Amino acid sequence: MKTRSIASLLLTTALTFAATGVASAQDKTVKIGALSDQSGLYADLGGPGSTLAAQMAVEDSGLAAKGWKIDIISGDHQNKPDIGTAIARQWFDVDKVDVIVDVPNSGVALAVNNVIKEKNGVYINSGAATSDLTNAQCSPNTVHWTYDTYMLAHTTGQALVKAGGDTWFFLTADYAFGAALERDTTAVVTANGGKVIGGVKHPLNTPDFSSFLLQAQASKAKIIGLANAGGDTTNTIKQAAEFGIVKGGQKLAALLLFLTDVKAIGLETAQGLNFTETFYWDMNDKTRAFSKRFAEKMKNNAPPTMVQAGVYAGVRHYLKALEALGGNPHDGVKVVEKMKSMPTEDDLFAKGEIQPNGRTIHDAYLFEVKKPSESKGPWDFYKLVGTVPGDQAFTPLSASKCALLKK
Amino acid sequence: MQALYAQLLVGLINGSFYALLSLGLAVIFGMLNIINFAHGALYMMGAFVAYFLLNLGGISYWWALLLAPIIVGIFGMILERTMLQWLTGLDHLYGLLLTFGIALIVQGVFQNYFGSSGLPYAIPDQLKGGMNLGFMFLPIYRGWVVVFSLVVCLATWFLIEKTQLGAYLRAATENPTLVRAFGINVPRMITLTYGLGVGLAALAGVLSAPINQVRPLMGADLIIVVFAVVVIGGMGSIMGSIITGFALGVIEGLTKYFYPEASNTVVFVLMVLVLLVKPTGLTGRAA
Repeated sequence: MKTRSIASLLLTTALTFAATGVASAQDKTVKIGALSDQSGLYADLGGPGSTLAAQMAVEDSGLAAKGWKIDIISGDHQNKPDIGTAIARQWFDVDKVDVIVDVPNSGVALAVNNVIKEKNGVYINSGAATSDLTNAQCSPNTVHWTYDTYMLAHTTGQALVKAGGDTWFFLTADYAFGAALERDTTAVVTANGGKVIGGVKHPLNTPDFSSFLLQAQASKAKIIGLANAGGDTTNTIKQAAEFGIVKGGQKLAALLLFLTDVKAIGLETAQGLNFTETFYWDMNDKTRAFSKRFAEKMKNNAPPTMVQAGVYAGVRHYLKALEALGGNPHDGVKVVEKMKSMPTEDDLFAKGEIQPNGRTIHDAYLFEVKKPSESKGPWDFYKLVGTVPGDQAFTPLSASKCALLKK
Repeated sequence: MQALYAQLLVGLINGSFYALLSLGLAVIFGMLNIINFAHGALYMMGAFVAYFLLNLGGISYWWALLLAPIIVGIFGMILERTMLQWLTGLDHLYGLLLTFGIALIVQGVFQNYFGSSGLPYAIPDQLKGGMNLGFMFLPIYRGWVVVFSLVVCLATWFLIEKTQLGAYLRAATENPTLVRAFGINVPRMITLTYGLGVGLAALAGVLSAPINQVRPLMGADLIIVVFAVVVIGGMGSIMGSIITGFALGVIEGLTKYFYPEASNTVVFVLMVLVLLVKPTGLTGRAA
């Protein structure tokens, strides 16, 4: 009798210990922070749509039914690195955020990258272009989805040089992104026997490009490379048409163009532009189904841009990794390692993988903007011209300068 | 050298927007003593009204040039009647804060419905294309903008400085009580003046719609520069703001050629210099 009660006491104690041990490993609370430009020139390609994409990823993951509690908060970095890092710090220190997603604007993205590494959070960047995020400035806490400057240079840039565009003049947005895109594209142009004969750096968010366009025109370069994005790109393309640049025989290389940009320019002016994206809503039944659900929830019924699609896919993969871990360890490096160990697969980017440097690999598509007569709907803009397999589109590991690879 | 001519001309084009906008600001400040921070938002509204007229009503650019300033002008007059008029006699700061608030609200509403990347507005058929001037390819539309805004600026200057109506206006700002004693309805004149200033902003908005995107933030991006133009030209000076508007457009254009990185700060550097040397602005008189 006595021995039995002691045995049962021991058993209960052991069970209690075991139970607490399991409980701490099975912490099922997650907080996601969607940090974006909510009101400026990148708000339409990321912004509120990215927050919506994150919400949809949480809903589609089905984790709520399995007892997970997942919250999403959003913030506006206003394209200012100091504001972006301040929000990130507050999110980690006060709001106990686990993961920051989106973050367009390479300048802000690189600054936030350091904060997340310091706080051991998770960073799933979809909005920023700079290839430095998985190269010289790579971090064990960072996954870079959707696209980067290397990919843009090796798809659109390479295709144009091979088609005979061997002299280039750059119009470059004067911050981290523009510099990275110009650098990566220049490397491709010279490697393929082309020459960069000039360029001009313009301030971010410039309303009038005529002075710069005149300089590009006077350079007589065959290709005018636009190393800018969002409102800057739409204004450049629109005003280039006004100055008869394309009619004069020069070609515009919109190195980075989003769905919302094409909408803003209008097909009349944008038709015939070649560019690269990794997601377009009208690719297949799966992307159409997702985009339909997404558009119904958007204010202006816009389908997702590739940045917003990347946020969705990134959050889905993150939640899959957490589920595989059996709970949220609140340890950024550990979660990212798990994410890298699992192949990626979702409705939007199909199959892919995350490389050791944090770069997500998936196919990239060369598109051409349709003529107004070819467009059948309000967002029917692109013709697929070609597909570049992921391993050719993104930085090969052998060329990556990421310190994580040296281990 | 050829490139330089081209940059001078391009500068004049931008200058014409600065001139039109700073002129409206100068008129409002000179007559109402209000620092109208809502000016950029009203400029944006002008462009949007043109867009709506074309896309919803099928009304062409040419009618929009007339209608948009009237529609936005009426909106401005309602603002003046319902809000701004209560600020008469108070410190400038109140007017500035009120109009700044109005600007934020108007921009926020437009952004909520139309996003930030903007809407396309095509150049009217009659002004499409361009001509080769030898040193540059000048889009006809841009040439039209320079000529048209110059005419509007000079007409406004003439109206205020050289006509009977303008004389009443100027007198009413100097001494409203005395002018009222002559049987002139001063509050109505003030309202109409605000409407005129606002209409000029809307007109600039229509002119810029085919060049820039029709975007909710198009005014916010421009208004700070325009305020610098007004400060350099001298607050409230009509001719001063016209001339400085064009001149600064040219200076900015040249900066874009010689040192593009500084092109969005050069105006402010000039503003600092002018304020240090002549705090009342280039053409301003001491208050």
